[in-house]
Amino acid sequence: MSHMIQVNSLVKKFDNFHAVNLISFDVEAGKIFGFLGPNGAGKTTTIKMLTTTLLPTSGSILLDGSDPVKSPLQTRRSFGIVFQDPSLDGELTAYENMELHAVLYGVSRNQRKGRIEEFLKFVELWDRRASFAKTFSGGMKRRLEIARALLHSPRILFLDEPTLGLDPQTRNHIWNYIQSLVRERKMTVFFTTHYMDEADRVADEIAVIDHGKIAARGTPASLKEQTKTASLEEAFIALTGRAIREEESSTKDRMRMMGKMWGRS
Amino acid sequence: MSIVYILWLRQIKRYVRSRARIIGSLAQPLLFLFGMGFGFGPTYEKAGNGSYIQFLAPGIIAMAVLFSAMFSGIEILWDRQFGFLKETLVAPVPRIQIVFGRTLGGASVAMIQGMIVFLFCLLAGFRIENLSHLPLAVLFIFLIAMLFTAIGTVIGSLVEDMQAFPLIMNFLVMPLFFFSGALFPDKGLSNVLHMAMRLNPLTYGVDGLRGGLTDHFIFGPSIDVSFLGVVTVILLFVGSYFFSKIQV
Repeated sequence: MSHMIQVNSLVKKFDNFHAVNLISFDVEAGKIFGFLGPNGAGKTTTIKMLTTTLLPTSGSILLDGSDPVKSPLQTRRSFGIVFQDPSLDGELTAYENMELHAVLYGVSRNQRKGRIEEFLKFVELWDRRASFAKTFSGGMKRRLEIARALLHSPRILFLDEPTLGLDPQTRNHIWNYIQSLVRERKMTVFFTTHYMDEADRVADEIAVIDHGKIAARGTPASLKEQTKTASLEEAFIALTGRAIREEESSTKDRMRMMGKMWGRS
Repeated sequence: MSIVYILWLRQIKRYVRSRARIIGSLAQPLLFLFGMGFGFGPTYEKAGNGSYIQFLAPGIIAMAVLFSAMFSGIEILWDRQFGFLKETLVAPVPRIQIVFGRTLGGASVAMIQGMIVFLFCLLAGFRIENLSHLPLAVLFIFLIAMLFTAIGTVIGSLVEDMQAFPLIMNFLVMPLFFFSGALFPDKGLSNVLHMAMRLNPLTYGVDGLRGGLTDHFIFGPSIDVSFLGVVTVILLFVGSYFFSKIQV
């Protein structure tokens, strides 16, 4: 089996704080990989480094054979991403959002229309294609973002808490789309979530990250076995403890503080 | 090229869809046109300098373009706020193309604003001296728009604070406007003021625009075009450097 994502001794330091501290893992092609951890454990920092928006302090990453640090443009073609926060242009229609993405990712003109239609239909938004994205509900926005992330046929799909704040119906729906993608298109999915039941149901493999380190790895079943617990939620708590995390201000806030106003580094 | 086009188109669409923005940003130049024009007009004419509206109108057009262009940088902050910026940052596209597309979009919007103010100037009694020089005037409207949108992009990439951006902009825009020859001729000014005006890129834009519309140049079109062109190209590269440093 080939490895679609390879991470080796990855480190990200902010001042004296190690947000990600020497982590290594691989994800096989065609797998759904769950990356779990409490708030502030380093999940989003890791995704940012994998997806070229944050430079690692040290360590190496390969996504479908390309290095996000050395060849960011090439790496960016290999993945699609649904961010934790919305990233649509609300003043554009659903169709226009898709079209803009298609052009940015170099989808050829004669393929563009067909693909936009295909993926808007896939997430059941084709009838709403002419509506402004700002008029969409949270779940519809998420679906549109998923459709958009698939437009350039990436081999890897990153989903940063794709079901955050959505009702159970929509969550089920979204995971059904994603599972059918993996089945039909042999895509590799890397996702984070706080919903342990979801992770238990959909993930082929899970890594638990805590304090910037990988605390455990394995299938959902093996994690439960390792911790002698009945559910993934209990396994997760057994691995990461019961204490509520005082998120030492998120990495985003840290970066904001560091780069305040003019002196961004 | 299609990337530059689609980013340009996005900004045009956003502009056309926001009627409040179109009307709101016309208010200030028009206030200056009518307030200054009719207020100072008689004094200016008594001093024997000819018609003030003939002198002032190109300056007001430049002002409308300057304001709209500089403030277009705030769209980067909005895009950051609403998350769309991430979408462009992970796109497999060289940053210079993104910055060029955005700048062209912001500049086109500023040009449209300038053209609308131009029409109002004609209504207020402004007359073009030589119609064959009109394309030259339009070229200068474009150059002013590009240069100051590029500055807006640089500042928009550097500043993250929504509240600070307009303050910084006003701090820059007002002196640029006052010391550009838009409002008063550069004859008989103190040396310091004279120097400040020579260093201000808008002075060359106003000179070119006024020259194109009324045939009165200080520097001449070739100096004006070269100065504005060179500064704009430098700013585009500076802008794409800072844009590439944005982290969200």
